Amino acid sequence: MRRHPVAAMVVIGAIATAIGIALGLAIDWFPTAGAEQAGRIDTLYDVLVIASVPIFVLVVTVMLFAVWRFRMRPGQEEQDGPPIHGNTRLEVIWTALPAILLVSLCSYAYSVLVDIEEQHADELVVEVTAQQFAWRFRYPDAGDRAVETTELYLPKDVPVLFKVRSEDVIHDFWVPAFRVKIDAVPGLTTELRVTPDRLGSYPVVCAELCGLGHAVMRARAVVVTRAEFDRWLARAAAGGAADGAGGDEGAGDGGAAADPVALGRETFTSTCGGCHALAEAGTAGTTGPDLTTALRGMSEDEIRTAIVDPDASVAAGFPPGVMPRDYGETLSQEQLDGLVAYLASVAR
Amino acid sequence: MTAKLRAPGWYRAALWTVLGLAFSWLLVGIGRTAMHYPNAWSDGEAITTVALIAVPLSFLIGLGCFDYWFYYASGRPTRAEDHSAHGARRWQDYFRVNTDHKVIGIQYIVTSFFFLFLGGLIAMLMRAELAQPGMQFVDAQGFNGLFSVHAALLIFLFVIPVFAGIANYVLPLMIGAPDMAFPRLNALSFWLLPISGVLLLASFLAPGGAFATGWTAYAPLSTEMPLGQAFFTIGVQFAGAASIATALNFLVTIITMRAPGMSFFRMPLLVWANFATSLLVVIATPFIAASQFFILLDRALGFNFFDAFVGAGKDGSILMYQHVFWFYSHPAVYIMMLPGFGIVSEVISVKARKPVFGYRMMAFSLLAIVVLGFLVWAHHMFVSGMQAWIRVPMMITTAIIAVPTGIKIFSWLATLWRGVLHLDTPMLFALGFLTTFTMGGISGVMLSMIPFDIHVSDTYFIVAHIHYVLFGGSLLTIFAGIYYWFPKMTGRMYDEHLGKVHFWTTFLFFNLTFAPMHLLGIDGMPRRVADYAEQFSALNLFVTIASFGLGLSTLVFLYNMVVSWRGGPRAAANPWRALTLEWQVSSPPPVFNFDAVPTVVGGPYEYGVPGAVHGIFQSPAEAKPTPAGSVATSPTRE
Repeated sequence: MRRHPVAAMVVIGAIATAIGIALGLAIDWFPTAGAEQAGRIDTLYDVLVIASVPIFVLVVTVMLFAVWRFRMRPGQEEQDGPPIHGNTRLEVIWTALPAILLVSLCSYAYSVLVDIEEQHADELVVEVTAQQFAWRFRYPDAGDRAVETTELYLPKDVPVLFKVRSEDVIHDFWVPAFRVKIDAVPGLTTELRVTPDRLGSYPVVCAELCGLGHAVMRARAVVVTRAEFDRWLARAAAGGAADGAGGDEGAGDGGAAADPVALGRETFTSTCGGCHALAEAGTAGTTGPDLTTALRGMSEDEIRTAIVDPDASVAAGFPPGVMPRDYGETLSQEQLDGLVAYLASVAR
Repeated sequence: MTAKLRAPGWYRAALWTVLGLAFSWLLVGIGRTAMHYPNAWSDGEAITTVALIAVPLSFLIGLGCFDYWFYYASGRPTRAEDHSAHGARRWQDYFRVNTDHKVIGIQYIVTSFFFLFLGGLIAMLMRAELAQPGMQFVDAQGFNGLFSVHAALLIFLFVIPVFAGIANYVLPLMIGAPDMAFPRLNALSFWLLPISGVLLLASFLAPGGAFATGWTAYAPLSTEMPLGQAFFTIGVQFAGAASIATALNFLVTIITMRAPGMSFFRMPLLVWANFATSLLVVIATPFIAASQFFILLDRALGFNFFDAFVGAGKDGSILMYQHVFWFYSHPAVYIMMLPGFGIVSEVISVKARKPVFGYRMMAFSLLAIVVLGFLVWAHHMFVSGMQAWIRVPMMITTAIIAVPTGIKIFSWLATLWRGVLHLDTPMLFALGFLTTFTMGGISGVMLSMIPFDIHVSDTYFIVAHIHYVLFGGSLLTIFAGIYYWFPKMTGRMYDEHLGKVHFWTTFLFFNLTFAPMHLLGIDGMPRRVADYAEQFSALNLFVTIASFGLGLSTLVFLYNMVVSWRGGPRAAANPWRALTLEWQVSSPPPVFNFDAVPTVVGGPYEYGVPGAVHGIFQSPAEAKPTPAGSVATSPTRE
């Protein structure tokens, strides 16, 4: 130690680097990976960690070593260090090496980018529409008529092309499990490619500040097998209510349409619950009035008006214009009737 | 009484504020009557929007910021500067329009620290709300307002102006100048600042609450929000104007007012850093002014710059706002960092008792950052839906900007090597800065990699990164600079023990607060949300507790500053044995800085060179006025 302080520093630095990299790789940073894109991006992150830790350790080790070795000792109050003004070779090295490292990282990142955005021959097109504060998903090639849902169903191992639009302000369509996101920009159609490769249910998150309900603008992405997806799509296209009727719950499909109150409750939890609290439905949104109390004594007509024309009468303490004005168009007639029936039953 | 209302000062300012309000009301009333609009005389929103522009300007007229120019423009005899408004003798003098760069420097620093404490308090409220998932203390509107005001205050009213304040105080002293080039403009730029801060804070009182679109104010959200948004749109204009005027002032001062012998390559690196920063400000800041004028025109007059529903016959462009905004706001992060680089260069060289390693490369790397800083803005827009190919060149320039930054970090390390390190408070903050800023730089390089950025953009990873560069970067250098020049500015010494306590608590709680946010972001927690998924609750609670510690640590600083300024031990002229010119005059310096014009005969950091001198002082009789940039008359370089 005493005789070879710089050698000691190198050894300590190497050990710290090894520990740092091991820690960086051991920490479970990412959410569950649900798409092919996720694997490539997670690997890129590991490479970045491996490249970054040595640089951080280098800076901190040299600094701590200088503090330990060259700190002012009693009697040195009036002393100065040696007048070293620079060293051209060192300066060239620490300009060139980082430049080479950074260009290599950029090249690698570029290859990852090309991979994750690769186009495939038969992509499933899903149109995503964002509005304050809800998502809608539309399958234009579902058969006779397009299918529209508030829950995103995706087949496993099929490349998907999302065409993303916004109806009001900028939103951002993000499924953390897929690792990719894209802004929904008014006036533009933006595109995003994903190939889901793991069955399961994942959150869809709005990542761009879009107003009061930004924090609750969530939906669910459900990845099912190809066969299940086809069955669900065919049933939905044939006229069944698409919402909440997918996947393994598909068996009781006919029942939902027959019971408007049950359909209404489902519509409420998937569409309205993000913003409105309602004890009966178990939702806790705070963007809009708490319907547990606000509904009391309202008639069916009043409830219908409040849904399709929300600014006709705004609850005290809430600004107008927050609730979307187009539920009259975006909800199907059965959904709207169900919703009114359900809320009227709760209001009683 | 009439005399008080006619002379520049607070009474006249109050009178003019009322006149400004009346003017706004009349203008709106007459305009709306002429256009046959409803509520011609009582449309609160329209009156407020006009008043937000008119009242601050008339307040400044009343305060006396424009008196000299009005006299000059109207052909009346101007009052020759008798220096009665120079220097401060009582604390009340700091509340007047003063043209002394040292007084303005203190005004700037104290004002911006006032806003730092307010902004920090707002951050504490946010962390309290975020301690648990769900909503506890504020509603969604309240929370969106809190983080928007927090960011706007700390960027526009703290980091940018506090650097301008520190440079205002020490830069003329460092280059051997008696004052800034344009003292009246300097005073005006300061007084624009509190106005901007008051506007941003007053937005909390607006119907519908404070502006709630973040400090980025993306259209079209910002064109649709309630009245509070206008307070941001217009308030930022005043801060921006102050910033531009100060930067012009610095540029002219540095170019024309250097002491004889002070060639560009004998300037201390703080002067170089402010030269580079001022170039950035002068070129970039007009762009944020433009972006906010677009918003204002959209809001107030229905211009539809950002109404993009083509189907409905609207042809606005949403992405245009982001391009214009980030063309300022990316260089702005260098505006908020380069002066800190300058401070750290001063502190490390003096406290390590060694010349700055690779001085010329340090200066050139600043200029390289200025140039590259203009070529990276769209890395904020990798997921915005812009043309895909732009992302690739922006990734490369963004990564490459780490090269000049790396040169600076390695040069500081080499400066430490074999020095005699005085580990007092300014030095601790400088070393702490090296650690945390390296972290921020590394996460910045990670963010430049497009595929990774696509996942973490708009998440807490961004929040962590920005705080590692703006708190761990800028704020630690600001603390280093405040402690370093405290003896010069106040003539008193600060309490070294409390300074060290301040450093260690800040450094510890800073890392505990912001390091876990990297993990939160990668794990999928979006930023700018008051409510979050249950899975993030443990880390968020931890962050909240740590952030309260961070908040408390600044109280140590506040106490140290107030008590030391009032009654600390008297400071010597040069307690750090530094060579730069500001330490060669008394603490605090005389009203006109130098009784004799200094002549610079060597570099600013020749520590360890036997008998080295940076500047020598001639007697007033020998001192001749020298033409601008008098490099030719300087002694030859060794």
